[in-house]
Amino acid sequence: MNLDVLSIGLQTALLLLLAPLVTGCIRNWKAKLQNRRGPRVWQPYFDLIKFLRKDMVISEHASWVFSAAPYIVFITALLVGLMVPMVTVQAPLSLFGGVLAVVGLLALGRFFMALGGLDPASAFGGMGSSREMTIAAIAEPALMLAIFTVAITVGSTDLSHIVATAQQPGWNLLNPAHLMAFAALFVVLLAETGRIPVDNPATHLELTMIHEAMLLEYSGRYLALMEWGASIKQLVLMTILVNIFLPTGLAADWSATSLGLGMVVFLGKILLLSGAVVLVETANAKLRLFRVPDLLSAAFVLATMALLSTFLFH
Amino acid sequence: MDISLTTIDSTSLLILALLGYVIGSVSGLVFCRWERLANFLSFGFATVGGACGTVACALSLATGATAAPTQVLLLPPLIPYVQFTMRMDALGSFFGLIVSLLGFALSLYSLGYARGFFGRKNVGVLGMFFNLLLLATTLVVMADNAFFFLMAWEVMALTAYCLVSFEHEKPETRSAGVLYFVMSHIGTGCIMLGFLLLFQASGGYGFAGFHALTENADWMASGSRNAAFLLFLIGFGIKAGIVPLHTWLPAAHPVAPSNVSAFMSAVLIKMGIYGMTRVFFYFLGNPPMWWGVTVLTIGTVSAVLGVLYALMQHDLKRLLAYHSIENIGIILMGFGAALMFLHHDELHVSHPLLASLALIAGLYHTINHAVFKGLLFLGAGAVLHATHTRDMEHMGGLAKRMPQTAFCFLIGAVAISALPPLNGFVSEWLTYQSLLQGFGTTNSLVRLMFPIGGALLALTGALAAACFVKAFGITFLAQPRSEAAAKAHEAPVTMLLGQGVLVAACVFLGFCPSQVLKILDPLTQQLTGLQISQQLTMANGLVLAGANPAGGTVSTPGIALFGLGLLTIPLGLWLVFGLKTKTRIGPTWDCGLQGLTPRMEYTATGFSKPIRMIFKALFRPRREVQRDYDFSPYFTTTLRFEAHVEEIFETRIYRPVNRWVLWASRRMRALQAGSLQAYLIYIFITLLLLLIFAL
Repeated sequence: MNLDVLSIGLQTALLLLLAPLVTGCIRNWKAKLQNRRGPRVWQPYFDLIKFLRKDMVISEHASWVFSAAPYIVFITALLVGLMVPMVTVQAPLSLFGGVLAVVGLLALGRFFMALGGLDPASAFGGMGSSREMTIAAIAEPALMLAIFTVAITVGSTDLSHIVATAQQPGWNLLNPAHLMAFAALFVVLLAETGRIPVDNPATHLELTMIHEAMLLEYSGRYLALMEWGASIKQLVLMTILVNIFLPTGLAADWSATSLGLGMVVFLGKILLLSGAVVLVETANAKLRLFRVPDLLSAAFVLATMALLSTFLFH
Repeated sequence: MDISLTTIDSTSLLILALLGYVIGSVSGLVFCRWERLANFLSFGFATVGGACGTVACALSLATGATAAPTQVLLLPPLIPYVQFTMRMDALGSFFGLIVSLLGFALSLYSLGYARGFFGRKNVGVLGMFFNLLLLATTLVVMADNAFFFLMAWEVMALTAYCLVSFEHEKPETRSAGVLYFVMSHIGTGCIMLGFLLLFQASGGYGFAGFHALTENADWMASGSRNAAFLLFLIGFGIKAGIVPLHTWLPAAHPVAPSNVSAFMSAVLIKMGIYGMTRVFFYFLGNPPMWWGVTVLTIGTVSAVLGVLYALMQHDLKRLLAYHSIENIGIILMGFGAALMFLHHDELHVSHPLLASLALIAGLYHTINHAVFKGLLFLGAGAVLHATHTRDMEHMGGLAKRMPQTAFCFLIGAVAISALPPLNGFVSEWLTYQSLLQGFGTTNSLVRLMFPIGGALLALTGALAAACFVKAFGITFLAQPRSEAAAKAHEAPVTMLLGQGVLVAACVFLGFCPSQVLKILDPLTQQLTGLQISQQLTMANGLVLAGANPAGGTVSTPGIALFGLGLLTIPLGLWLVFGLKTKTRIGPTWDCGLQGLTPRMEYTATGFSKPIRMIFKALFRPRREVQRDYDFSPYFTTTLRFEAHVEEIFETRIYRPVNRWVLWASRRMRALQAGSLQAYLIYIFITLLLLLIFAL
């Protein structure tokens, strides 16, 4: 029991502390690749603290939904994070839900974020909400199908169980089914975290914003929660991707050495994936909104092919 | 002894409920000149009846009604074959619970809602038909005899028609009513033929005789069994609103008074589901593979198309009606999977455990949908009551003017979008589990249907979330888009109470799945011979597991409580960093203009535009823009904008069929010359033909 409480506490801390760093790293490296100096990797932490200390301005048109949204976004991101194995094979809250609950809780956060975007009566917020919900809707089947491919091979929707099976010798990332599922999930990751080529996280041009447009009216503490929640969600999705397909190094027990090793390997994997995201963001231009479905349907086709090849090889 | 006592109690309670409806109906008619009294008495008795019925059915389920369902003779048999017997078995009690619970909440709501008709319409008549509808619907699920069932079914369809046409002075209502009437009777015709096939095989109209048919080897091998399946699928499918037999549903549900729309969407279409459960799982026996494949396909198609069309609506009630099609699809996905798992022959073994899981998923979604769709329609009714419009483009800002209604609607919206921790998520989770585990049950290519179905279910869920962001956001948030919305007022207390009952039901069904599964035990016992609530729950019922313990777990109360616990983090952050911060109310950023007006807000049509563009092959959107200007096209003086979405089933199937039927009937008219001699000849020829046929 104590171990459970400890693991919950540690993973919460890891989620809270690591998420802004990943965001910072991606921003910094992206700037470097574009020959800019860029903000320090620690900048997101300073931003969050600054936001938390600032006064808030709330729109006169907004209702209580606007104020509830940041809390729900932040908490669902954390809850999802606790259901995913990060450093240890056993996720602290794996009993509370597996892949399906993860997808559901992320959708709950998105639902309220979109409502928060609509609430202040600004056209930008409405546009952001509309686009966010559309992209999520077409990304979801690809996400689910890619996850199903893995879940069916393992026979479980429990992420800890999936990871434990993936650590066994018979599992091979180079299996074509897994490669295609990985590729599909990577595309979904770009869409869900609002990265180029789907959305531009650095834009200040209102008409091209998706995620940022919903946050336009948020300030102070609420903005901090929204930004932090988005960072955590990004970290969680990246964790799912790396730990399902590359479960090497996850600690199976609670000894200090395996935990330490697990931590180092985990950080390495996440930073590697961040590097990949940076490369994709730098090498591509943002797609026109109505080209995004093509990208996501490519992901869906990849996931379908992954499923078919699982079917062929078993 | 104890058990038999309680079952007697539950039947007598049920009869009390029926009596309540009868008295309510009569008093509505008798006092129709005194509308206040008629309103109070008819809906008051309906409320009491609903409460009695709820308790009766819950008791009957809790005590395991299957052991020996008591049969009650309502009327002495006057005509051979027609027996007015009622029995409360597990299946009937479960659907009776849905009918009565919704009956209770909706009647409570109607007490306030019907006041909106005072001075305009005859409330007594509304109350009478409403009570009759409740009575007939309860009898449909309790009937123990095909004849009695069909009579109740017909009374249900007719009273529903009268209620749909309640505001018959609007042409839209009249044509919707006629469409409903025609479709409903095509369905009844199919069901009658189906029962005749069963009668032919069993030699009686009793349900027990139909069930005994599963042991009759000749019948099981005969082609009429497949014919009966198809007839019942069409007949009950029309009532349930499956694609492509759904066109009446989005026409008829929105035009009825809101309490009736709620009843139709929440309960009436479930009678189609009840019929399918009764026939497919109780009468017809070992299903061939293609039955399950058909039902699963229909379910998937209905789910996806239902939600896609829902997204295109900006009439709030029509949007909700399309969502009913979606949810019927989700229910049928569970049923289709269950039929596939039950299939067994020389090559395949059946999987009763998985079949029970899939069936439970479908039935759980049935009660969930009844509860949240009822809730959403009541919310829509309250909005209609306050703003006198169903068009979302004229709403907005209602969350501040009708806070309680907004809260109830939000709960319903979260539940229907299958978001944790509410009830929609639980039943969809069960559906996903049964689909995923179904992959291992067969080696044929058919198993690919399960993951693909799962992926499409995910698409459905995500689109439903988008649709309810739109429905809630445009209706309740931001600035009011019309004068009426700006002056909206909160609904009266009975209307709020009615919604409150359903909110409580949503929360209970979401947080206490183990209790619900226990109630479903006698049902799966009756239909698949297994009780699996023990296998589906862990940790004192707090955790829900797939039928296979390693298959995955979820805990909605755990998620909710832990989420509340995590609230300490933002609160702690506030204590550490933000204690001194102040909150200011200011205008929304307006790009430096002279303030935002409601016309600058995002509209419902605009919100769904990306989806309309992505699925344009299906929607075939068309728009007409007409602008007048004086000197430059950039300064328009008037602008007319019209956008349409094609309803593909109507234009591609129904209209051609309609034209063909009209053409045929014009040809037939030649026969009806109006001369008596000609008619006598027809009769003579028919008689002759029959005699020859008989020889």
